[in-house]
Amino acid sequence: MSPVFYILSIVTIAGGLAAVLLKNLVHCALAVSVAFAGLALLFLSLDAQFVGFAQILVYVGAVAILVVFAILLTRGSDQPRESFFSRTWGIGLVVAAAVFAVLGWAVLQSSSALPRESAVPVASVHDIGVALVGRYVLPLEIVALLLTAATVGAVIVAMHEKDGTR
Amino acid sequence: MSGTNLPATVDQIFITFTHWVAHFFPSAFQPIVADVLGVIGIISVFPGLFAITVLLERKGLGRMQNRYGPNRVGPWGLFQPVADGIKALTKEDVVPFHADNVVHFLAPLILLTAVFMGFAVLPVGHHMELMNMDAGLLFFFAMGASSELSVFMAGWSSRNKYSLLGAMRAVAQMISYEVPLLLTSVIVVMLTGSLSLPRIVEAQAGYSGILPHWYVFTPMGFAAFIMFGIAATAETNRSPFDLPEGESEIIAGYFTEYSGFKFAMFFIAEYLAMFSISGIATTLFLGGWAAPFSFLTVVPSWFWFFAKVMCFIFVFIWMRGTLPRLRQDQLMNFAWKFVLPFTLVDLVVTGIWRFMGEGILRWIVCSLILIATYLIMGRTGMVRKPFAPRSYRYAE
Repeated sequence: MSPVFYILSIVTIAGGLAAVLLKNLVHCALAVSVAFAGLALLFLSLDAQFVGFAQILVYVGAVAILVVFAILLTRGSDQPRESFFSRTWGIGLVVAAAVFAVLGWAVLQSSSALPRESAVPVASVHDIGVALVGRYVLPLEIVALLLTAATVGAVIVAMHEKDGTR
Repeated sequence: MSGTNLPATVDQIFITFTHWVAHFFPSAFQPIVADVLGVIGIISVFPGLFAITVLLERKGLGRMQNRYGPNRVGPWGLFQPVADGIKALTKEDVVPFHADNVVHFLAPLILLTAVFMGFAVLPVGHHMELMNMDAGLLFFFAMGASSELSVFMAGWSSRNKYSLLGAMRAVAQMISYEVPLLLTSVIVVMLTGSLSLPRIVEAQAGYSGILPHWYVFTPMGFAAFIMFGIAATAETNRSPFDLPEGESEIIAGYFTEYSGFKFAMFFIAEYLAMFSISGIATTLFLGGWAAPFSFLTVVPSWFWFFAKVMCFIFVFIWMRGTLPRLRQDQLMNFAWKFVLPFTLVDLVVTGIWRFMGEGILRWIVCSLILIATYLIMGRTGMVRKPFAPRSYRYAE
C-alpha cells in the first residue's frame, strides 16, 4: 500500500462522509463528486485508465451535474437554518454502514471463487474494446436496449401533453 | 547528430532542449524534470497565446464593426493585454455578502485546473505530448466534463439570480452539446482504431502525391468535422452559442459576481478552453502536427499545430463578429433534433465505409447517404416554420 493509496482513500472517504453529514444538499452533491473523483483516481492508481476516465466523464461530468440540477429544480437548495450538519446524520451513517457491510461481505466471499492472479493484469483500452464486442456483446446490447428504453420513457414523461389528447 | 538534418533538428528542438536540461540532474530525477519542463511549457505558451488572441479578437471585431479597437497602450495597442493583466491583479476582489465563500473561491480554481489538464494529452508536435496515454482522448473529454461542475459551482455560490440562470444555461448547453462532441470523435476513433491521440495523428500523417490523409477529407470525416465544430463552439460558450453569458439578458452569466483576478481566471479559462478544443479538433480531423502538403514537411511540426489552432481561433472570432445569438429553444432543438441524429447517421456511415473496402464506390455511397440525410433532416426541420424575406421595422 503506497502513500498515494492512503491519500486517495482519505480524500474519497472524506468526500463520502461530507456527502452524508452536510446539511446543504448542494454541498452534499459537490462532496459526492469529490468522492467520485477520488474513486476515479484510485482506479488510475491501479493502472485502469479506461475505467478511471470513464468514471470522471460519467460521474463527475454527468451524474453529479444531474444530481445538482435535480436538487435545484425541486427544493432543498435553501440556506441551512440552524446547524451545519444534517439532523439525521446518525441514520444516514447506519444505512451507509449497512450497505457497505453487505458489499464488503459479498466481495470477501467472492475472493475464494475467483482464480488468484499473481501478476498485475494488463487491460489496455484495446483489450476492453475487444472484450466488449466479443465475449460480452450480449450484456452490452442488453444494457444498450435498457438505456434506449429509459431514454424513450424520459422523453414521453417530459413531452408536452397536447390539449385534450394524451 | 547536429547539422546532419536541419529540419529534423528544428522539429525536435524542444525535445532536445528538455533532454539537455534533464541530463544535469541525477538519472532518478530525469523523468520528473522532463515532466516539469513540459508543464512549464504548457502553462507559459498557452496563456501567452491567450494574451495575443484577446488583442487579435478585439482588433478583429473592431475591424468587422467599423471601429478601431484597442489602440492606446503601446504601438497599435500591443500592450493592451499587459495593461489588462495589471488591472485585473490590482482590482479589489469583491465577494457578495451572502455568497457561499468556499465554493465561490474554489470554482475558478477548479475550472482553470481542469482546462489546463486537457493540454496534457495534446500532441503539439512530433513526439511533443506531455503524456502519451492509451486513453488520451477519453482523458481530454473527462477533463472537459469536470469543468462543467465548476461552472455550476460559480453560478450557484454567487447567490445571484443572473449567475444562477447563467450557470443553468451553461450546464444545460454543455451537457447537450457534449453528446455530439463525443460521438463525432468516436467516428475518428472508429477510423483509427485507437483512443491515443499520437496514434490518431500518425494515422493521418501519410500523403497521396502531395495531398495529406486527413480525416476531414473523407465524407464522414468532413460531416463529423462540421458537427464537431458546432458542438465545440457551444462547449466553449462562444457566439452564436453564448447564451450563458448573454450580456443583454443576464449581465455576464455565471461569473457576474466575480471581480478582480477571479474574473480574469474565468476569462483565461474560456480562452484556454477554446485553444484546447481547437487543438483537439486539429488533432482529430486536420492531421494534428502534420504538414498540409508533403513538400512542406521541412517546416517544424509544432509550427503547423499552432498555425491550425490559430486558424480555428480566427474562425471563432469571425463567427462572433457575424452571427447573432440563438434563443434557448433554438439551441436545444438544434442540438437534439439536428446535430445528434445527423451524428448518429454519420456513425453508421463510418461503419459502412469500414466494411466496403477500398475503391471509389464507397466514396460515392457514403457521400450520397450523408447528403441525403442532411437534406431530408434540414427540410423536415424547416417544415411549419414561417420563412419570409427579412422585414425591417424602424422607430417612428
